[in-house]
Amino acid sequence: MSTMHSLILRTAGNFLLPLLLLFSIFLLLRGHDEPGGGFIGGLVAASAIVLNLFAMEIKSAKAVLWVDPRHVLGIGMTLAIVSAIPGAFFGQPFFTAQWFTFDVPALGELKVGTVLMFDIGVYLVVIGAVLTIMLSLAEAED
Amino acid sequence: MLLAVLSGFLLAAIAPWVHRLSGRHSGWVLAALPGALFIYFLSFIPEIADGGQVRFAYPWVPGLDIQLSFLVDGLSLLFVLLISGIGFFIVSYAGRYLEKHRDVGRFYVLILAFMGSMLGLVLADNLIALFVFWELTSITSYLLIGYNHEDARARYCALQGLIVTVGGGLALLAGFVMLAMAGGSYELSEVLAGEGLQEHAWYLPILLLVLAGAFTKSAQVPFHFWLPNAMAAPTPVSAYLHSATMVKAGVYLLARLNPGLGGTDEWLLILSLFGGVTMLTGVFLAARSTGVKQVLAYSTVMALGTLTMLIGVGTETAIIAAVTFLMAHSLYKGALFLIAGILDHEAGCKDFLQTGGLRSALPVTTFFAAIAALSLGGVIPMFGFIAKELMLEAVLEAPTVSGVLTALAVATAILGVLVAAIVGIKPWFGPRVKTPKDPHHEAPPAMLAGPAVLGSLGLLFGLAPMLPEWGVLGAAAGAVYGAPLDVKLSLWHGINAPLMISAASLLLGLALYTQWDRFRAAFAWLDGVANSIGPERQYDRTMAGLVWSADWQTRVLQNGYLRYYLLTILLMMLVSVGVTARIYDISIGELSFADIQIQEWTVLGMTLAAAAVAVTIRSRLGAVASLGALGFGVALIYVLFSAPDVGITQVLVETLTVLLLVLVLFRLPGFLNLSSPLVRVRDAVIALSVGGMMTLVMLSTLHMRAHDSISAYHVAESEPSGFGRNIVNVILVDFRALDTLGEIFVLALAAVGVYAMINLRAEDRK
Repeated sequence: MSTMHSLILRTAGNFLLPLLLLFSIFLLLRGHDEPGGGFIGGLVAASAIVLNLFAMEIKSAKAVLWVDPRHVLGIGMTLAIVSAIPGAFFGQPFFTAQWFTFDVPALGELKVGTVLMFDIGVYLVVIGAVLTIMLSLAEAED
Repeated sequence: MLLAVLSGFLLAAIAPWVHRLSGRHSGWVLAALPGALFIYFLSFIPEIADGGQVRFAYPWVPGLDIQLSFLVDGLSLLFVLLISGIGFFIVSYAGRYLEKHRDVGRFYVLILAFMGSMLGLVLADNLIALFVFWELTSITSYLLIGYNHEDARARYCALQGLIVTVGGGLALLAGFVMLAMAGGSYELSEVLAGEGLQEHAWYLPILLLVLAGAFTKSAQVPFHFWLPNAMAAPTPVSAYLHSATMVKAGVYLLARLNPGLGGTDEWLLILSLFGGVTMLTGVFLAARSTGVKQVLAYSTVMALGTLTMLIGVGTETAIIAAVTFLMAHSLYKGALFLIAGILDHEAGCKDFLQTGGLRSALPVTTFFAAIAALSLGGVIPMFGFIAKELMLEAVLEAPTVSGVLTALAVATAILGVLVAAIVGIKPWFGPRVKTPKDPHHEAPPAMLAGPAVLGSLGLLFGLAPMLPEWGVLGAAAGAVYGAPLDVKLSLWHGINAPLMISAASLLLGLALYTQWDRFRAAFAWLDGVANSIGPERQYDRTMAGLVWSADWQTRVLQNGYLRYYLLTILLMMLVSVGVTARIYDISIGELSFADIQIQEWTVLGMTLAAAAVAVTIRSRLGAVASLGALGFGVALIYVLFSAPDVGITQVLVETLTVLLLVLVLFRLPGFLNLSSPLVRVRDAVIALSVGGMMTLVMLSTLHMRAHDSISAYHVAESEPSGFGRNIVNVILVDFRALDTLGEIFVLALAAVGVYAMINLRAEDRK
């Protein structure tokens, strides 16, 4: 990948990346009640990393990832599928959502369910898929 | 009962380890299962002999009303006894026969799995279950024929058998579904108990489809060619699958369906004529062959033809003859195949011309070969004699085409004696011929047990026909006939027409045997005919044609140009949606432009302008960028119509698409190759038609509504049962999570595809 030697883009990329990644997690978590969700969050995170990809060498983009995007893809798929299973243990159909309520001091009631796990799976799959494609295309350059 | 049927599969799963633990005695160890099953099934005899039936049902796919039900009546009992009884000898025999083969474990897996499938096939009372077991026997047969998979010929033969039987199986499935619809149930016993199948409007299609399945499985002319080729399998397999059990599945099906579908003119004519012709063709080809297993295979074709013919004739005598013949044939043919294996194992002979005078070296084998061959030839006092007398009596009394059938039967009887003489005399008597291997000793007991017991039973049952008659044959004949029959088998019927025919055919057959070489020479020219127009040649042509048309179609459809793929997909969509719209008379409601707001007009105009730029601009980067602008316009429309989630997604996807396209653009060559004006006009027409069609479809979906919208449910249930206020996300991850799972699967596959396409090709180039 030929780098675009743009100082502005590179500097902005360095600042934007952590912000955007944080924002993507925010989108992921709030998705159940407000606009957002795993798919959108995943796209934001992927775009952030791709932005860096444009601004930097591939090596540094990979360093930002610190894992192979193909692994992210696989972990995401696994999470999504595993989240479908618990329902079966309660005699309910495959994919029936399970909810567990915790009382967290100072924050109040916290509801955690298998749908969150599924949404995280979607998030990771989106990141993994987009980055696998992008990195393959970028690397194939040479 | 379920355990009895499935035990074959269960033992198959652990057979390789059992084999490893028990070493050379593994044959006996594993044969314990068929032996135990035989005893278990024997325990049904008292109940079945009184005309009873035992039915077992287990829920299988309750949602589709399919249950795993098994029915034990006379017919299935006869079959399960043959399958488990002969199975016992086959498995123990194979332990020694294949002792030196390197993967005997695989053989045990397959043969036990086959036994389980075959038991399931004859016991199943549910059409779907029967079909599943039917196909399982085809598949295990395929794997067993191709057991020596390093041999190209064995692979070819295995595939041929599979394609012929599975092709018929497809027709059978269609026939079963129609049968179930016509009979109102998937339970075979209920379908057959119902009245009026013979008068049903679908009777003929059902009959033809079922017959296609039965005839291919049971190697009737013109599908007989796969059976001799199936002899590429190890001999125990040929003895078990391709003579005693699997090939009789078609006959079993005909016998099973006889009470419901039989008795019509079509049934009588098709079955008896196809059966009769198969019978004569089989025995004639057997008499022309010299390969040990070929002769036996063709004589099996004869037996299958005889059975089909007898079921077609359908009179009381014919049905009794059919079940008697079925049992007699399984006994002597099983024995003869096992003896063929001994010939191969001890003397290395695969061809009758290599054999002769082996009686002094293998006296015990000779004795049992002789009594089995006597039964095959239908010589008094063997069980085969009783069967043959009954068969001749049945064709003489056949309600129609009796003359034709008698002529076929008499010719078959004469040639049958010739075949019996080839099998029973040629290898054993006469001058000693130098065989490829010098037989030093008799075969081991494990290999002699089968021929000895099966052959002796043929003699015992001939002398005491009341033994098989009680309990099994009588009840089986009754089950096939559809009403209880009074079966009285006896060796001596007095001097009558069948006896005269038997005596004459015996003399003529033996006379023919002395002239066997000249007989073969006289018909040698038939080889050329068979090679140029025979059914096997037609099979090869069909297969070649299939490959050719797949090749042609791949060349046309998979041409590798993205633009043509796109063109094909769009045109296909245009045509299919257009035709559907015409048929269902799609209408769009009245259009009104009055309540479109100014901001909506603005976004629309911007989007259209972006589209116009995208198609006219000559720079690639410009086109990509304007496509992105178009996408943002669409996203704005989503936001205007209060769908923020969809809007955000659209923006992000557009961004990524532009980035992706830019990455791809880097890889394109620097020059531009613009399409010609004509091509552009064509593309414009297609693009506008597809766009127009989509617009019409959108408008009509707003106007016409077949079902109530599900949105109300989603809106109402989102918070109470989904615990989320964002309905879109609750739908995505909860209500329709399975859809989402499918989508991320597609996404993941696409990524893997791109990765493989780019990286693996790069590796190839290195």
